Amino acid sequence: MPEPLPTFTSKTHASTSSRAEVSRSIPRSHRLIARISNADRKDQWFRHTLHIAGLIVLCLVIAIFLTLIVGSIPSFRATGIHFFWGKVWDPVTEVFGALPFLAGTLLTSFLALFISLPFSLSIAIFLGEYFPPGKGKNRMAGVVREAVELIAGIPSVIYGFWGLFVLVPLVRQLEMKWHVLPYGVGIFTASLILALMIIPYAASLGREIIHMVPAELKEAAYSLGATRWEVIRHVVLPYARTGILAGILLSLGRALGETMAVTMVIGNTSALPKNIFSPGNTLASVIANEFTEAASNVYLSALIELGLVLFLVTTLIHLIGKRIIKQFST
Amino acid sequence: MHLNSIKHIRRRQLISASIRGIVLFFTVLTLLPLVYILIYIIKQGIGAINWSFFVQLPRPVGEAGGGIANALVGSVLIVCVATLMAVPIGISSALYLSEHPQGRLANVIRFCVEVLTGIPSIVVGIVAYDWLVKPMGSFSAFSGSVALAIMMLPIMIRSAEETLKRFPTHLREASLALGVPYYKTIMKVLLPCSLSGVLSGIILSVARIVGETAPLLFTAFGNPYLSFHIFHPMHSLPLLIYNYAISPYDSWHQLAWGAALVLLCWILLLNILTRMIIRKWSVRY
Repeated sequence: MPEPLPTFTSKTHASTSSRAEVSRSIPRSHRLIARISNADRKDQWFRHTLHIAGLIVLCLVIAIFLTLIVGSIPSFRATGIHFFWGKVWDPVTEVFGALPFLAGTLLTSFLALFISLPFSLSIAIFLGEYFPPGKGKNRMAGVVREAVELIAGIPSVIYGFWGLFVLVPLVRQLEMKWHVLPYGVGIFTASLILALMIIPYAASLGREIIHMVPAELKEAAYSLGATRWEVIRHVVLPYARTGILAGILLSLGRALGETMAVTMVIGNTSALPKNIFSPGNTLASVIANEFTEAASNVYLSALIELGLVLFLVTTLIHLIGKRIIKQFST
Repeated sequence: MHLNSIKHIRRRQLISASIRGIVLFFTVLTLLPLVYILIYIIKQGIGAINWSFFVQLPRPVGEAGGGIANALVGSVLIVCVATLMAVPIGISSALYLSEHPQGRLANVIRFCVEVLTGIPSIVVGIVAYDWLVKPMGSFSAFSGSVALAIMMLPIMIRSAEETLKRFPTHLREASLALGVPYYKTIMKVLLPCSLSGVLSGIILSVARIVGETAPLLFTAFGNPYLSFHIFHPMHSLPLLIYNYAISPYDSWHQLAWGAALVLLCWILLLNILTRMIIRKWSVRY
């Protein structure tokens, strides 16, 4: 009759010498069974750990959402739905209306999108169609691609710094020539810097999308005698249309949430912008500027409510864009 | 051939060629300002960089010289703490996702990762402020690290999951058939094989957050003195660039240009490291 199984939980933690003694004292088959059950237990732990890590990510998103909602309750109580079309933002008298920032955000983002579209589309076509990778001889395309990726990695605060010292004087000169008030800073400057920032991102998205156009379709068009431009115009672009739309959406999401560069060149006034050259503020920039100065509870809460709006809008746009791209690629 | 149709073809070819020219022109036109930014930063920054730039603290306004030692130390510390927090959670959840390609919870988590990717960085700053700065009563480097860790997670998870997913089933089955427990199969077979992807994902996520300023504005806050205490306010490179860039002093602008160049070089190095790891260590199945 075999000896009873020893308890292995304590043995695993014993010192090596005593473990050796124990293993000599029990038969081999039992040791094996014990090892297997031990491994089973570790497996269980391991699976649980992975599960918990996944749940942490889930909880993180829920917690972020809840934090923003709870944080904006005081402001919502004070201002209510009027918050979204109130034209005055005056922390001193605690009147909070978000319209100037909503207008500033939408103006800068769409203007930036509008400016950047021809440029990012042409880089995307350049890299995706004229000089696709993997042909060996195209060193130039490789250089362009590397440069675009390198530039996409420049932090936004550096863009802002550069914009402040190079773009702002330039815009000021232009404004003097065009006879508008020469602030230099303002919505137009912010849009320019935003456009520069989203071009690399939009271009690399567009390149991937243009790559997804099936080669058979293009070859069929070529075999019918189409020129390169005709293939791009009548095959590539129509096929990639939804994908490009998704790329535009994703770039828009980027532009809406961009903070530092915009904060540095937009001029930071809380008045409703009169035209595209007047200084203004975006949702993100007003938070960046005023959050640490928010003295009262309602003020802080109003800023958090702006953050909630920003979060909801960018997330929605991002998710829709990703969904379209996913459908496009399958 | 008919003369007219030849003319027609010529015209089409001409249009095609000119469009090609226009695309090329626009590409170059776009690259010019972008490359100009790089050159401008290098030109402005190189003059500020010398030995004392790295080892000294910023001097008060009016005194020449000084350095950015506090921001360098702060940046390294904040990023290191953020990485230490993000890596265990990120890699474990990437493992969970790659092990459950179809599960319902996995799909929900994938959705959450997508949401995290799209979150504006300033919002992460607000959240970290609410979670840590408010209860603890002071700005701290630690809260900045938490904010940066939240920003690192989605990048890390997605790139790790992409690599882990590619691990072939037959290798996993071979390991399990030998009686190797599941956790050892993961730790000793799957992870080492996917090491290049996982590591490069981590480094890539670090490269993305090194230059983040917005989440640090009201968490790490900045500190003109050298500090190693992670529960106190701390400076970092992007914060220093922001603060000095909007200041009216030329000597501070100089420091900021130098800091911008250092930050760029740091990011560039991380990117090169990622490439090297992918090229040298990646396993072909």
